Amino acid sequence: MKAQTLTPASKSGRATQAKGDRRKGNSKSDGWWPWLFVVPTVAGIGVFYLWPIVQTFYYSFTKWGVFGGTKFIGLDNYVRMFADSTIPQSILNTLIYTVVVLMGIPIAVILASLIERPGLRFAALYRTLYFIPYITMPAAVGIVWRLIYNGDFGPINWFLGLFGIQGPYWTSTPGFALLAVATVGLWMSLGFNLIIISAGLREIPRELFEAAEMDGASRVRQFFSITVPLLTPSIFFVTIVTVISGFQLFDLLYVMMGKANLAMPQTQSLVYIFYNQAFLQNDKGYAAAIGILILLIIALLTAFQFRIQKRWVNYV
Amino acid sequence: MSESMLSTKSGVESRRSGSAATRPSQAGGAPSGPAGRGAKGRGTKSQGTKATKGGKQGSNVLAHCVLGIGGLAMISPLLYQIVMSLSTNAEVQSTPPTLWPSVVQWHNFADVFTSMNFGSQLWVTVAITVIRVIGQVLLCSMAGYAFARMRFRFKGLILAIVLSIIMVPSQLFLIPQYQIIQNLGWLNSIAGIVAPGIFSAFGLFLMRQFFMGLPDELEDAARLDGANPFQIFFRVMLPLAANGLWALVIITVLWSWNDLLWPLVVTSTANAAPLSVGLSNLQGEHANNYPILMAASLMAMAPILIMFLLMQKRVMAGIGRSGLK
Repeated sequence: MKAQTLTPASKSGRATQAKGDRRKGNSKSDGWWPWLFVVPTVAGIGVFYLWPIVQTFYYSFTKWGVFGGTKFIGLDNYVRMFADSTIPQSILNTLIYTVVVLMGIPIAVILASLIERPGLRFAALYRTLYFIPYITMPAAVGIVWRLIYNGDFGPINWFLGLFGIQGPYWTSTPGFALLAVATVGLWMSLGFNLIIISAGLREIPRELFEAAEMDGASRVRQFFSITVPLLTPSIFFVTIVTVISGFQLFDLLYVMMGKANLAMPQTQSLVYIFYNQAFLQNDKGYAAAIGILILLIIALLTAFQFRIQKRWVNYV
Repeated sequence: MSESMLSTKSGVESRRSGSAATRPSQAGGAPSGPAGRGAKGRGTKSQGTKATKGGKQGSNVLAHCVLGIGGLAMISPLLYQIVMSLSTNAEVQSTPPTLWPSVVQWHNFADVFTSMNFGSQLWVTVAITVIRVIGQVLLCSMAGYAFARMRFRFKGLILAIVLSIIMVPSQLFLIPQYQIIQNLGWLNSIAGIVAPGIFSAFGLFLMRQFFMGLPDELEDAARLDGANPFQIFFRVMLPLAANGLWALVIITVLWSWNDLLWPLVVTSTANAAPLSVGLSNLQGEHANNYPILMAASLMAMAPILIMFLLMQKRVMAGIGRSGLK
């Protein structure tokens, strides 16, 4: 709508500008130069991203033979997906993982409000400490956490043992395994959430806090009445990112548990099933259908979040 | 096309001005902030109300306690990893956990090179990262520049399609990408790992956003001087986009170095795999040699950690700019 109202003005503006030297054809395009800039990337994206989406969509209606060759089987893969009990289980697993990682957001809000206190010493050091896990390689850090979670001699179970608690074999017990992986997910994403929320916090005018302090509002009151409401756009953004990346859960699961883990069926994510079907079972048709399902779920969740944002996000 | 372009441009400009406003407010706000606070602090001091001063300090002590304990907890896995990488296997498996090895086992780090294909995997990781960075910097900045500042047919349509790809999860590309690499005979090769990743819809978008925020004057001046678009781009505009390029470089390095799923799919031999794949497969073979595992994973993370510590501000700004990894 805004664009339409803008168009006439912009066109006339461009026309007057073009009256000068660049009139012939140039008013509409810069000739073939732009294509020199654009074609390599656009062609690459077309070949490696755009066309593959079309192909995957088609593959989701096919069955792959053992010796190559595909057969069109209509909706069979989708029918099979609805009957496959591992699918709802994995959606639930992914949701649980995402919910645990989402709990990092309130933690990040509190930490950011502490770090961004004006004149706080060591603020840069704290930012560094919290951010480091975010940049570490999941494959490398997953190995470390696997050792930390070790059932026999890992420090977590040793610590629990001090209180007489017999800790489980975290990464190989259904239920506990997902929790263990999700905790690492929370640990890794906290630094990212903190950076985004800190940036949002710095945009809140200092005067608001000063005025509130004049009026005798306590720090806690300021936090809930100023900080949190004005941070809702940042919180909304990290929520979207967390949900999308939560549904991409693969690396940590793969590294911390391993392909042979007996708890994997109860713990696996949708992406893990996709990987397993496509590249271990070589059932690429079914895997393609699961890929489409992942796309649909992420699209629905994101659309839903954008719908309900009006109720809680304050845009100033 | 022109309207969609204009509307996005105006949107971008408002965003840019938003981010531009945050920068001065950070830079300009910093003086005003401390100055204001300083004045206020002095005010309370001169009033001599010890209670408020004490209260303020007290709450900052609490903040330091929370942040300090939390920060220690955040890096404790890495500290644990360092200690274990220097211990013997028996010490790793002892309870209570070893706080510091009785004899520091530096040789664990050398053993990594002999007990796994660490050297070749490190080389693969470095190579794929360098190639992807160079490819993306060159291709994304050129395309982003054209989409931001040039006029051509179907621009709005092409851009809309490219942007929609950013939203699509990678599982929708993976199978056909694998087939392409397989058909080219590039499985288990550096070319196969890097091929899809030197193109990036996200990188294109990032650079377009950046170029849209740059002023017109220099470009116009260069054009009047008779420079062709290539010269304008490489000599005038690209140097101006240094901050945007840094963001793209950092995001690409982090993603490329840590990426697991794609290289896992296209490599099946230990020599051809990058470190991420090598480490995740190592678990089976060397599952019980914990010090070696810790040393290997530490060395695999070290280059990124060092890069981050050397240029923290750029990395955080780059990640903040990117939003999505």
